Amino acid sequence: MSNGSAPETPRPEFAPRASLEALRFRAGMLRRVRRFFEERGFLEVETPLLSADVVIDLHLDPLPVTVFADPRQASAGRPMWLQTSPEFAMKRLLAAGFPSIYQITHAFRGGERGRLHNPEFTLVEWYAVGQGLAEGIQLLSDLAESTLQRGCAEAMAYRDAFLKWAGVDPLQAGCAELAAAARQNGVAIPDGQELQDRDGWLDLLLVDCIEPHLGRSQPIVLYDYPPSQAALARIRPDCPPVAERFELYVDGIELANGYHELRDAEELRRRNETVNRQRAAEGKRTLPVESRLLAAMESGLPPCTGVALGFDRLVMLAFEASDLAQVLPFPLEIA
Amino acid sequence: MATYKTSDFRKGLKVQIDGEPYLMIEMNFVKPGKGNALYKCKLRNLLRGTVLDRTYKGGDSLESADVEEIDVQYLYRQADLFVFMDNKTFEQYELSTEQIEDNWKYLKEGMVCSMTLFNGNPISLSPPNHVELKVEYCEPGVKGDTATNVTKPVKVETGAEILCPSFINMGNIIKVDTRTGTYVERVST
Repeated sequence: MSNGSAPETPRPEFAPRASLEALRFRAGMLRRVRRFFEERGFLEVETPLLSADVVIDLHLDPLPVTVFADPRQASAGRPMWLQTSPEFAMKRLLAAGFPSIYQITHAFRGGERGRLHNPEFTLVEWYAVGQGLAEGIQLLSDLAESTLQRGCAEAMAYRDAFLKWAGVDPLQAGCAELAAAARQNGVAIPDGQELQDRDGWLDLLLVDCIEPHLGRSQPIVLYDYPPSQAALARIRPDCPPVAERFELYVDGIELANGYHELRDAEELRRRNETVNRQRAAEGKRTLPVESRLLAAMESGLPPCTGVALGFDRLVMLAFEASDLAQVLPFPLEIA
Repeated sequence: MATYKTSDFRKGLKVQIDGEPYLMIEMNFVKPGKGNALYKCKLRNLLRGTVLDRTYKGGDSLESADVEEIDVQYLYRQADLFVFMDNKTFEQYELSTEQIEDNWKYLKEGMVCSMTLFNGNPISLSPPNHVELKVEYCEPGVKGDTATNVTKPVKVETGAEILCPSFINMGNIIKVDTRTGTYVERVST
């Protein structure tokens, strides 16, 4: 339809989406993150991307890989997983007596593609031995400050954020009350949202009412999550109990997720079984409940905090870009 | 009818909700913390132009809408109906004044426009971005005044009124932007 205007020069199909400038900036950020952990005495490690064990989470879908022994029978072989995070392997190192460790690695999550998602992405993951929740939040805040230069992070309880921006108590409200809060706040409610799906309501409120406010003037860490969203975090038996989980947000974007780590193998086994039942109910494949991580936890995981931070998002925010594709050489479509 | 799963959702998709056609004008994949994937969409109703905010969960689906664009030629107006002809099949289509919206202002016999069909029925029309129209009537222009910031209404051949600079005279041909309804330039005197 455009007449007279100069035709745009098409980018050749093989060329990267990100500019040389963006990828230079990314390389600088890799150095900065490494320096941050080296200065604090963390040991850099590398663990397998491909493992027989995998994190069991209702909404994380690992990519299965068949590792064949005979290339002529490529479909027969051992089922393994591209890791959704290096969590299991790193905790096995800790249980074997390693000190505080970190790594910068690729991770894979099936079905995730958008402005802030690519199924293959880069994580910075670290475990600080001997730390509790407050120290874990502090270290994360220090990393945000030194990489983003937007000041230290403010800390706010998940519950306080909900009371402030959604007007409802996320730890004590029933499903009907959460649903009413969603309607009052003008949340777009999916047709398939079931009334009894409590975490579903919390997520809808979080996305529409809370996240847009988070980390606008300075980074913010939300902490003390509902126990139903503990994942691998320890549950603190307060009244009401809370999961010692924390998340960093900048400009409304979730940047990191951390736990004061669960150390009880039996508790993890129970959570795994619950999650597998939920996965089956949603028509998803179940994941192996028994793992070398459980054996490691049975032999003893030291008290620690662990955090996973989305490195691509960190680069995107620091580079003032608005789409991951601006800082990834080859996003999924052209990978 | 085909269905689109959330994994197929993207900008530009034409879908059907409650029997009406919608165009997906925005699609954002969001995934809170450890939560379920959500697909936040803005959908424009192709009949009424209204915009709907909808959120879908991973695994939801939408029906596709049978929507197509064809080139048509404007033939004539008959009371409240505007009659067009498909340039390829010679089939005739009618649009009501409501469906045609402000576009009647730009329709000249024989003009080629783009028409949107839903289930084979016409629902809307897009004229070319620019059309040239003859000025039928206006107050006389001020000779030598070429300022473009002083405007006056002029009546063009289609019967519509367009705001033009004061130097425009009867019989002039002017170019109008159909997307904004504004005067662009004088084509000839």
